[in-house]
Amino acid sequence: MERRKFDVAIIGAGGAGMRAALQLSSGGYNVAVLSKVFPTRSHTVAAQGGITAALGNVTEDNWLWHMYDTVKGSDYLGDQDAIEYLCRMGPQAVYEMEHFGLPFSRLENGKIYQRPFGGQSRNFGGEQATRTCAAADRTGHAMLHTLYQRNIQAKTHFFVEYMAIDLVRDGEGRVLGVVAFDMEKGEPLLIEARATLLATGGAGRIFQASTNAFINTGDGLGMASRSGIPLEDMEFWQFHPTGVQGAGVLISEGVRGEGGYLVNGNGERFMERYAPHAKDLAGRDVVARAIALEIHEGRGCGEARDHVLLKLDHIGREKIMARLPGIREISINFAHVDPLEAPIPVVPTVHYMMGGIPAHYRGQVVVPARTGPEEAVQGLYAIGECACVSVHGANRLGGNSLLDLLVFGRAAADHIVEFLKENPASPPIPADGTDLARSRLARWERRQGSERVADIYRDMQRIMQAHCGVFRKAEVLEQGLVKLEEVRRRLDDAAISDHSKVYNTARIEALELENLMEVAFATIRSALARRESRGAHARDDYPERNDKSWLKHTLVHRDGTIDYKPVRLKPLTVPSFPPKTRSY
Amino acid sequence: MRFSIYRYDPDTDSSPYMKDYDLDIGSKDMMLLDALIMIKARDDTLSLRRSCREGVCGSDAMNINGKNGLACITPLSSLKEPVELRPLPGLPVIRDLIVDMEPFFRQYHSIRPYLVNNDPPPETERLQSPEERAVLDGLYECILCACCTTACPSFWWNPEKFVGPAGLLQAWRFIADSRDQATSQRLDDLEDPYRLFRCHSIMNCVDACPKGLNPTAAIGEIKRMMVRRTV
Repeated sequence: MERRKFDVAIIGAGGAGMRAALQLSSGGYNVAVLSKVFPTRSHTVAAQGGITAALGNVTEDNWLWHMYDTVKGSDYLGDQDAIEYLCRMGPQAVYEMEHFGLPFSRLENGKIYQRPFGGQSRNFGGEQATRTCAAADRTGHAMLHTLYQRNIQAKTHFFVEYMAIDLVRDGEGRVLGVVAFDMEKGEPLLIEARATLLATGGAGRIFQASTNAFINTGDGLGMASRSGIPLEDMEFWQFHPTGVQGAGVLISEGVRGEGGYLVNGNGERFMERYAPHAKDLAGRDVVARAIALEIHEGRGCGEARDHVLLKLDHIGREKIMARLPGIREISINFAHVDPLEAPIPVVPTVHYMMGGIPAHYRGQVVVPARTGPEEAVQGLYAIGECACVSVHGANRLGGNSLLDLLVFGRAAADHIVEFLKENPASPPIPADGTDLARSRLARWERRQGSERVADIYRDMQRIMQAHCGVFRKAEVLEQGLVKLEEVRRRLDDAAISDHSKVYNTARIEALELENLMEVAFATIRSALARRESRGAHARDDYPERNDKSWLKHTLVHRDGTIDYKPVRLKPLTVPSFPPKTRSY
Repeated sequence: MRFSIYRYDPDTDSSPYMKDYDLDIGSKDMMLLDALIMIKARDDTLSLRRSCREGVCGSDAMNINGKNGLACITPLSSLKEPVELRPLPGLPVIRDLIVDMEPFFRQYHSIRPYLVNNDPPPETERLQSPEERAVLDGLYECILCACCTTACPSFWWNPEKFVGPAGLLQAWRFIADSRDQATSQRLDDLEDPYRLFRCHSIMNCVDACPKGLNPTAAIGEIKRMMVRRTV
């Protein structure tokens, strides 16, 4: 197997991976960034509404207020040390991006434009805040391109269209690099690195209806899981309130931030009933559940009463064209509706994975060990959506995801620099270090098999959609788990018919499906185990939040066993926000 | 509905060929990418790039009935049968609908696509008026799909020397940014018989852009600015 040696291997070239890469490349380190797709195709590109930070450009603001909102938004499951770090570093992270060239929209005074977003308040639960910085409704696109541009300048080494297969660990558990696969040539490559950073994004493709891209297949989670690392809080999946009905494409929360609102089949602005104060700008979990209930109780719109409407024509042509041009484009393309004239049909749609690879706020992956629940895995880091830091807890606030990428991208890079200084030598790769990856690749060379990858893929998505949706209960989850086990057995008997070496997308999709399967099992097992309702995890059979028994993080292992670890309620420098009833 | 798709796998095929697929799509309105995914579920050897499926990542650019476009935002109802799909023209084919984008990205990288500002950054943001920012609308939205550049005859003839519409649109995006200080170096770099001046305003790029951007206009702005600085 061909070998290359770098100081750091970064897997994933989205916002998090490229922010970390920029920091390390600019610092003179030799960095390899691997990506399944050309960097600007990463799914950060699809983020629309903005990035939240307490700049106070429109209304008075304070990062502590942002912290309070984030803790409350997380339904108190977020770790308050990490949340403090996120919110305190927020303004600096945004200013840095502006200095890098990100074309933010502007206010009359020339400062960065900010808009109201869900779950934002002033003065610890008071009036609506205006905290989300935006480049029209293409903030993720603007951010991702800007980061790629700066990485060109910093001469970061990109391995474009390389898929990471598995981590390489030694007998002491240290991570020594990764085996990747050159998609164009069909050859494996061993990247030796003193530090390996997972930034592989989400895994929304486990569900049938998702705002996620085809590439969001949880590759980092699959790799971590296969190398013995448990996954944290996988029961918490965000259903975005407004995905285009049928197509699943995202309609930004920015629409409601700019004054749009939801109406049901009776023409009623129903969010007033569910969240009298914040209305349409309540937490995403609250709004998504409200829509699901309206539809379930027969108050949906259309002939089938299977969606609600997002109305924004009243905010005016000028504002829509200036602030929401991308939304208009998407709505015309996918809903066949021009929002200047008519409301957009929407349904709650899987959008974001709050759980992931357990990591602390400086990016190191931490696992339960003899010394306690959070011992660092030497040489391994995780950031962005694939990581669970946990700043989003049981429910992420809109605009906090892009911030998470930047803040922890940089923080992980800074910690890696310290780690590299303390660990100047690279340990040798053990003789069996690449066996796991080799066997995964060899498995798809097999020509005999009665099952097809596309069929298994579709069935897994249907099971997750039907058995692990907005509302959950034991019986339905248990049936889902049984069905999922059947589907996984079929995967053992699957084969692909494409055996070309050149750009073999059938093999890539098969490898992706294996990763998704890890994520699906972790999700349904964690969901079944958590017998309470918190944030995005709503159990019909346990409708209340139960802090006495469940104020703790789930850690699910590959063999199905589950551990728990306490929530970090103590921030770094400020007083804690103790759990209280969450209402909007 | 019938699709006629360019197939070529250098591992097994001596030359490219067109392969027909018939798909029962019913009355449901679908995008071309949805149909391709259905075809791929039947024949997993068909290779194409795709990711966001909403027209923002730029992966699934291809030549659709003779015109470059993104499969994910091209409704089947807009297409005549048989739907003829080929890889983007003017770039080497790797396999099936997948082309080697390297010559395209090399030109993009050549225009130094990053903001240059040598002043020490302020503690907060650099200020930019809404009017100054509005100049960037229609420029920064480029998704680097290459529909425009690979529709341009000047790029077909001189892919090594002519920057092409996508790269030049981005060159103008930085020249036009009130925060950028490298205008004269950027213009110097383009003052060349090929890099900029191979554009003959054929305007295929404008017709091809799936995001409705206008590279020809941006190129015109650069040319005007060059003329202005020589007088």
